[in-house]
Amino acid sequence: METSKQTDSLLPVRLMQTAMILLITGLLFGFVGSLQYVLPGWLKNQLSFERVRPMHVSSVLFWIILAAMGTTLYYAGERSGSSFKVRLAGKIMQALLLVSVAGILLSYLTGNFGGREYWEYPPLLSIPIALAWVLFVWIFIKHIRNLRQQPVYVWMWLTGALFFLVTFSESYLYLIPYFRERVLLDMSIQWKSNGSIVGCWNLLIYGCSFYYMEKHDPSHTYSRSWLAFAMYFLGLFNLMFNWGHHIYTLPTHTYVRLISYAVSMTELIILARIIHGWKKSMQSSKLFVSLPGYRFMLASEYWILLNLLLAIAMSVPAINIYTHGTHITVAHAMGSTIGINSMLLLAFLHDIIWGKERKNRPWPVKSFWLLQVSLLVFWLALIAAGIRKGYWQFHEPQIPFQKMMLGLRPYFIVFMLSGCTLIIGLMASVWPLLIRSVKRAREIKNKSSLYVEHLPDEYHPIVPVRRDVAGK
Amino acid sequence: MPDRFKWTIFMTLLLSFSLYSAHLYITPPPNEQELDGVALQGKNIWQKKNCQSCHQFYGLGGYLGPDLTNTVRRRTPEQTRAFLKHGTDIMPDFRLTEDEIQAVQAFLQAMDASGTADPNRFNPTWYGNIKTD
Ligand code: HEC
Ligand code: HEM
Repeated sequence: METSKQTDSLLPVRLMQTAMILLITGLLFGFVGSLQYVLPGWLKNQLSFERVRPMHVSSVLFWIILAAMGTTLYYAGERSGSSFKVRLAGKIMQALLLVSVAGILLSYLTGNFGGREYWEYPPLLSIPIALAWVLFVWIFIKHIRNLRQQPVYVWMWLTGALFFLVTFSESYLYLIPYFRERVLLDMSIQWKSNGSIVGCWNLLIYGCSFYYMEKHDPSHTYSRSWLAFAMYFLGLFNLMFNWGHHIYTLPTHTYVRLISYAVSMTELIILARIIHGWKKSMQSSKLFVSLPGYRFMLASEYWILLNLLLAIAMSVPAINIYTHGTHITVAHAMGSTIGINSMLLLAFLHDIIWGKERKNRPWPVKSFWLLQVSLLVFWLALIAAGIRKGYWQFHEPQIPFQKMMLGLRPYFIVFMLSGCTLIIGLMASVWPLLIRSVKRAREIKNKSSLYVEHLPDEYHPIVPVRRDVAGK
Repeated sequence: MPDRFKWTIFMTLLLSFSLYSAHLYITPPPNEQELDGVALQGKNIWQKKNCQSCHQFYGLGGYLGPDLTNTVRRRTPEQTRAFLKHGTDIMPDFRLTEDEIQAVQAFLQAMDASGTADPNRFNPTWYGNIKTD
C-alpha cells in the first residue's frame, strides 16, 4: 500500500481527538466555575473553585496545545509527503501525553496541587510533558528535513516548538532555591515564561494558518515574501521581550517595564498591517467560503482585531493600572484563546477531518452565529465587570471586597448565561468533528496507518484561484 | 529574503534574549525579600493548596477572592488567623495545622514587605508610562 507520497497521519488525528475531548471537559468545568461566581459558595465542600478553575484552564489549554501539535504535524507531513513512519515515537509520545494529562486532572480533582498558575499540578508531572514535547520536535524535524529556502510557516513551527521547551523549562526554575526564596524575582520569571509560552503555541497556530492559505491557493506566495518574514521576526521579538506587560505593577526593575512597554507598542505595526490589508483580505476571503471550516478562519480575523486592540491598550502602563487584576485580563485571556486560537484550530480540524466531504453538506450556520454572538456578549460582560472593579480599586477601596463582588453579580450572570450558549455553539461544531474523527482514524488504520492525500492536483480546484492575496 | 539574512536576524534575537534572561536571573529586584525557612514553608502551602486560584499577589492570580499582597496591613494577625483557620462562605476550610497557619502568616508578612499592590500609588507620565512618587 505504501507509496512515496504517504505519511503516517494517525498520530496527528489521535492528538486532535484527545484535544477535542479535553475541550469538552474544559467547557464543562468553565460552566461550573461561572456558576460559582453567580452562586457564591456553591459546591464549596465537594468541588471548590480552586479545583474547578485549574480543571477548566488546564483542559482548555491542553486542547489548544494538543490540537496545535496535531495540526502542525499533520500539515508538515502533508506538505513534505515524507514516507517516514513515526509509529514507535508516536506511540510513546501519545502515552506520555495521556499519562500526564490524566495525572494532572486527577491531581486537581483530589486537591493535590503544588505548581503555579496555569500549571498547578505537582511539578513531577511536567517531566512526561517535556519528554513528549522532545519527541514532537524530533518528529517534526524529520518531516521538514532542513531549513533551506523554507517558507515562513516552517520557521514559525520550528521556533514555536523549540521555544516551548525553553520557556516551559524556565517556568520550573522556581524549583531551584535561589529563585524560590526570592519572591519578586520568582514572580518576574514566572510571568516571563507564562507570557512567552503563549507566543509559542501562537507561532504553531499562525504557522498553520499560513500553510492553510497556501494549501488552498497555489498562487499564494505570501509565505515566502519579505513582508511575511518581517512580520514573523516582529512576532518573535514580541514573544521574547514583551512579557513584562503582565507585571507592570510588580516592584521589579523599572527597565523591565520600559522595555516591555516599548516592545509591546511595536504591535501597532501588526495592527496597521491588518487594517491596511483588511478590505483586500475580506474581498478575497469570500472565494474561500466553500471550504469546510473557512468561516472559523474568517471569524478569527475579527477576533484578532478586537483582541489586539484590547491587548495594545492594556500594554500601556497608564491604562494597565486600571485593567490589571480585573476581569478585563480574563476577557483578554479567554477572548484570545477562544476567539483566535480555538477558531483557527477549528478551521484546521474541519479541513483535516472533514476534508472535501463537508463541502456538500449544509453548513451549520445557526450554531456558528450562536457561537460568535455568545462570545461577543461573554467578552463584553467580562470587560464591563473589569471596568467596574477597576473603578473600585481606584476610587472606592473602602468598600469591602465581598460587597464590591455583589455589585458585579449582574455582569457575572450575563457572563454565565452567554457562557452556556457559547458552549452550545462550540459543541455543535466539535461533536460532529469528534464523531467523524473516529471514522477518519479507522480509515487511516485500514490503510495500514498511512495517510493518502498529499495535495493531489485535483484538490486545488475546490476554490477558485485567488491572486489578490492580502499582503502581496 | 535570503537565508543568510534570516539567520542573522534570528541569531541576533536569540543572543539578545539569552543575555537579557541571564541578566534578569542574576539581578533580583531592588526591594527583594528573601524568605526564611518558615515563610518558605508558607509559600509551599500556598502552592500546595492552590490559594492562587482565588487570590492574587500584585494583581496576578484568580479573581474570586481579594488580592492578598498587603492583607496583613488591613487585618490584625488574629483576623487573618481566623480566615485561615475556618475559611469563609466561599473560601474552604483547608484544615491547616497551627504550624501551617503560622507559616502562611509569615509568608504573607514577607509579601507585604516586598511592596504595595495598590494601583493608586502610581502616577501616569505624559508618554503613558507610570511612576511612583
Ligand atoms: C475558593 C476560593 C478561595 C480559595 C481557594 C482561598 N480563598 Fe482565601 N478568601 C476567599 C474569599 C472570597 C475571601 C474574602 C472573604 C471576605 O472578604 O468576606 C478570602 C479571604 C482570605 C483572607 C482575608 C483577606 C482579607 O484581606 O480580607 C486571607 C488571609 C485568605 N483568604 C487566605 C487564603 C489562603 C492562605 C488560601 C489557601 C490556603 C486561601 N485563602 C484560599 C476565597 C478563597
Ligand atoms: C474554548 C473555550 C474556552 C477557553 C479556551 C477558555 C480559556 C480560559 C483561560 C485561559 C482562563 C484563565 C484566565 C486568566 O487567568 O486570566 C479562563 C478562566 C475562566 N474561564 Fe474560560 N475558557 C473557555 C470557555 C469558558 C466558558 C464557556 C466558561 C463559562 C461558561 C468559562 C469560564 C471561566 C471562568 C469562570 C474562569 C476563571 C476566572 C477567574 O480567574 O476567576 N470559560 N478560561
